[in-house]
Amino acid sequence: MRLEPIANPSLTRTLTPPALAIATTVIIASLLAMLAGANPFAVLGLILKGAFGSKFALLETLNRATPLIFTGLAVAVAFRARLWNIGAEAQLYAGALVVAILGAGLLNWPAVLLLPTMAILAMVAGAVLLLIPALLKVRLGVDEVVTTLLINFIFLLFISMLLEGVLKDPMGMGWPKSARLIDEARLPRIVDGLRLHWGFGLALIASVIVWIISARTTLGYEMRAVGLNRNAAEFAGIPVGRVLIKTALLSGGLAALAGFSEVAGLKGNLTLDLSPGFGYTGIIVAMLALLNPLGVIAAALFVAGIFVGADSMSRAIGVPTYLADIMLATALLLMVVAILLTRFRVVRE
Amino acid sequence: MPNKTEAQVVLRLDKITKTFGALTANDAISLTLHKGEVIALLGENGAGKTTLMNILFGQYTADSGSVEVMGSALLPGNPRAALDAGVGMVHQHFTLAENMTVLENVTLGTRPLWAPGLDRAAARARIVQLAQDFKLSVEPDARISTLTVGERQRVEILKALYRDARILILDEPTAVLTPQETTDLFETLRKAIALGLSIIFISHKLHEVMAISDRVVILRHGKVVHEGPTSGTDRHDLAARMVGGEVNTPTAAPGVPGAPLLSLRGVTTPDRGSAPGLKSLEFSLYAGQITGLAGVSGNGQAALADLVGGMIQPAKGALMLAGADVLHWSPRAAVHAGIARIPEDRHKTGTIADFDLSENAILETYKDPPFSRRGWMNWRAAREFASRIITSYDVRCPGPGTRIRLLSGGNMQKLILGRVIEGSPQIILANQPVRGLDIGAVNYVHSQLLAARDRGAAVLLISEDLDEIMALSDVIHVISEGRLSPPFARGSMSPADLGVWMTGHGYGEEAAHAS
Amino acid sequence: MDILEILMTASFWTAAIRIASPLIFATLGELICERAGILNLGIEGIMVAGAFAGWMAVYSGLGLWPGVLVAFAVGMGFGLIHSILTVPFGLSQHVVGLGVTLLATSSTYYAYRLALPEVTSPPSITPFQPYEIPVLSDVPLIGPALFAQTPLTYLAFIMVAIVAIVLYRTPLGLAVRAAGENPQAVAAQGLSVAAIRMGAVMIGSGLMAVGGAFLTMSAFNSFFFEMVNGRGWICIALVVFGAWKPGKALLGAILFAAFDALQIRIQQTPLGAGIPYQIFLMMPYILSILALVVMSRRAEVPAALMVPFNKGER
Repeated sequence: MRLEPIANPSLTRTLTPPALAIATTVIIASLLAMLAGANPFAVLGLILKGAFGSKFALLETLNRATPLIFTGLAVAVAFRARLWNIGAEAQLYAGALVVAILGAGLLNWPAVLLLPTMAILAMVAGAVLLLIPALLKVRLGVDEVVTTLLINFIFLLFISMLLEGVLKDPMGMGWPKSARLIDEARLPRIVDGLRLHWGFGLALIASVIVWIISARTTLGYEMRAVGLNRNAAEFAGIPVGRVLIKTALLSGGLAALAGFSEVAGLKGNLTLDLSPGFGYTGIIVAMLALLNPLGVIAAALFVAGIFVGADSMSRAIGVPTYLADIMLATALLLMVVAILLTRFRVVRE
Repeated sequence: MPNKTEAQVVLRLDKITKTFGALTANDAISLTLHKGEVIALLGENGAGKTTLMNILFGQYTADSGSVEVMGSALLPGNPRAALDAGVGMVHQHFTLAENMTVLENVTLGTRPLWAPGLDRAAARARIVQLAQDFKLSVEPDARISTLTVGERQRVEILKALYRDARILILDEPTAVLTPQETTDLFETLRKAIALGLSIIFISHKLHEVMAISDRVVILRHGKVVHEGPTSGTDRHDLAARMVGGEVNTPTAAPGVPGAPLLSLRGVTTPDRGSAPGLKSLEFSLYAGQITGLAGVSGNGQAALADLVGGMIQPAKGALMLAGADVLHWSPRAAVHAGIARIPEDRHKTGTIADFDLSENAILETYKDPPFSRRGWMNWRAAREFASRIITSYDVRCPGPGTRIRLLSGGNMQKLILGRVIEGSPQIILANQPVRGLDIGAVNYVHSQLLAARDRGAAVLLISEDLDEIMALSDVIHVISEGRLSPPFARGSMSPADLGVWMTGHGYGEEAAHAS
Repeated sequence: MDILEILMTASFWTAAIRIASPLIFATLGELICERAGILNLGIEGIMVAGAFAGWMAVYSGLGLWPGVLVAFAVGMGFGLIHSILTVPFGLSQHVVGLGVTLLATSSTYYAYRLALPEVTSPPSITPFQPYEIPVLSDVPLIGPALFAQTPLTYLAFIMVAIVAIVLYRTPLGLAVRAAGENPQAVAAQGLSVAAIRMGAVMIGSGLMAVGGAFLTMSAFNSFFFEMVNGRGWICIALVVFGAWKPGKALLGAILFAAFDALQIRIQQTPLGAGIPYQIFLMMPYILSILALVVMSRRAEVPAALMVPFNKGER
């Protein structure tokens, strides 16, 4: 078989493959649920209901989407420039760590001062963490996929060490968790009485800003050029190394905001289970969004919906929650094929 | 010469037709090759030669028509069928694995994949024998990456002979060779004919076609438009038939040289892998003059192009622009110094395939007004600039929003030309500016270079095509192993004279002459 | 006990070889993929799947060797998915690889929960037992280390030899290497680049799965989550460290495992007791990064690694 580019894909050509990818994902998930003894036709309904069916469910989905928007943006920004940042998980924890240190009473500042300070320093921490593999890539040509992955393991052990050591909450009954944040260090709720904090608003704002950077600034142009053709970018005079470093700083900073938002907004302290893999799931979010910063919002809601919905379905009919992870992995793999098929046709020879 | 039409038919293509969507790449093409015969296959890019060869080698299946080798039909769509039937192809872009040895490259795929061993001893003996029979000297255990271009081509021919090929197809085999290496190649080919092989010779170089072929077949727009004995035709006639009308090659009147705009003073650059760097180069580009750089590829052209284009800095020596030393040198510095750069590979370095025309048009100047101010892009200005190039350089495309991937090579090159020439640059670096273009686009690019020269620009033309260099250049330098020959004025050297310098023997003679 | 003393004990080297064994399988698997031109980031997930599949097969009543075969087959299955997407479709090997890791991991966990819904601590099987090779195992120091291991460890060493011989001494290996150096050369000889690359990815993935299975069937005797714990990513670093050569990759795996075994022992010394255990656990990952940095200057990467091949292009 051979792939032939399509000059002007029709609307059907553009929409059919992604729709088929989603449909196939749902069918596979239903069949897998059947293995667990569930009614396959009920699965999709239960997931949707669990994700969006009530005000409580919807808020839960929005809360879950918040860190995913940040990590999705981080990955989208990096992948656009072909910087394979698989380390959003560690960068998230770097941001969370900064909040846990500064927000638990170390800085007794008013909220208007404390929150921006923590956010900025969190971004710096995440940026620095990705700077190391980015420099190794630019200077020595060390593949960043493996280094960012390995740093995830190293950094989580580092957090574990701190939580059992200097950061351990004396009131924590021996659990490895940090002390609670002071009230000034907490992100307020968007609407009083509803369990949705300003981290979500910040995520939306971040998406718009990243979109503007990407589409309207020279940096965005440089990042896309470097990602699409490094040789041509270098020949044209685009400082490839510097662009990659800037990309890394932006990407690491965005991922760290996920940690900031989770600790200051939702949890109020740092634990080792702060993130159930938000950094890795960010890759799925970014790919489903076609690396588009605004698309990340929709993709994060979709992915968060599947997680929240699958949790609720699992409670209702006893299908293991890992079904959600299977659905997302399947959706990711089918979607990359689908996107290819919107632009190329398969020719049998 | 024996009457070859009565000799045995070894290859017969019968009414081969192949369409890609609306494009008919091959339209009922028929062709017959006899034992001991050399057919020259001519045609512009896009005339259908590559498609025809891909059908012969099973990469594509023809919509209709058939292929017969030695009297038996060839299974369509099977890449092994032609090889097993004794057809061997030497591609223009060599298909060799660089990090593997000659022996490994030659034996690749010649034994069943599941066979237990490689039997290197027998393979080595056979390669040595073939090399002797066909005058193709190569060391079987040498790594490909250590070989010269000429040696690599010998390995490609050995690959075909090792498989007992009775028919050799050579795609633009002389494009990368010195005149002397071309003579050697022709000697090998004549040996092959004497041993009963048959040859299809694909080329643009009409004097070579005249020298080696018995018959000429010309393709245009997927059809055979001419077929006949070579003896009954001449170069001018062939060229006219190829493009379907008279060829108006731009005539280059001598230029009027002005001041030196760019000079290299004893510049040395490091070697890169097997390709040499520059060896203390002394060299100037003068206003109003085209300086041609001839040489076999991989002799330092890339280093010189990269140096002038700002990609690398001199390790030793100095670069001077309009008489002043250059301190900081980068691609951006080169662009700002008014150097228009036409890169060697328009796909890999000249353009970004998934960017549209506007985005590609501003690739070098996006940081400057009006395309951006203080980090903010002005897309309207970019679109206007692209539209201006599209109109004044006749780029055929739906509009500035078209992704450049969808353009033909000629139109892509016109966009690059427009991008760099639009600002009336003082210096033009044209690295293989017409490689792979059809004659119409070639003439267009050449006339633009001549026009730029006539308004006072200094042009550096780097090409492996000696004919192109000799037709356009006011002054010719030959580069060999990173060293530069003295300048030769237009018409003062024959191709054979230049060939001596291309093989690196000029320096010795010069020394001998001086003493 | 000082470090030299540790290095002179047979039990230390026995442990090092045991720790090296799964890495050897998986590193060989990745090496085969990369030699054919395909980076397989599915390795981490495929090891998880292999660990579960082999163990589950034995738990369900199959023998140990059939269990290894089951793991191999499951690995090949994920390799098939990976190679369909990366070879004929030519999709990003980074994205597909991570996707395969997510798919393999999540479907393994799902299958585990389906198979054992109620258990809190996983049941165990009778794993491979050490087999002392007569005479050789009596050689001091290296005897117990090399010749008193489980059969699966012996298989790992045999696989190194087999892979090296196939790669360098057979037409098949020549074709695989050529596919990773210049696929055009392979296609021009009438061979199918797609078939060679897909075959290499499937076989390689099978070996990765066997590497995972070593954990549940030889090193330990049951399956638990997170048990692969980044070993796959470490193997990718080992392939680079071994300069894409089976012999050097073997040395790299043993060297790496020796460091790992050493840190476990230092943890138990008075010196080690004062240091947080997390520092020791970080060492394998830090070592892997250092290995990548050290080798970055002289690595001989297969020229066509991560370059998709589309028939008829150029």
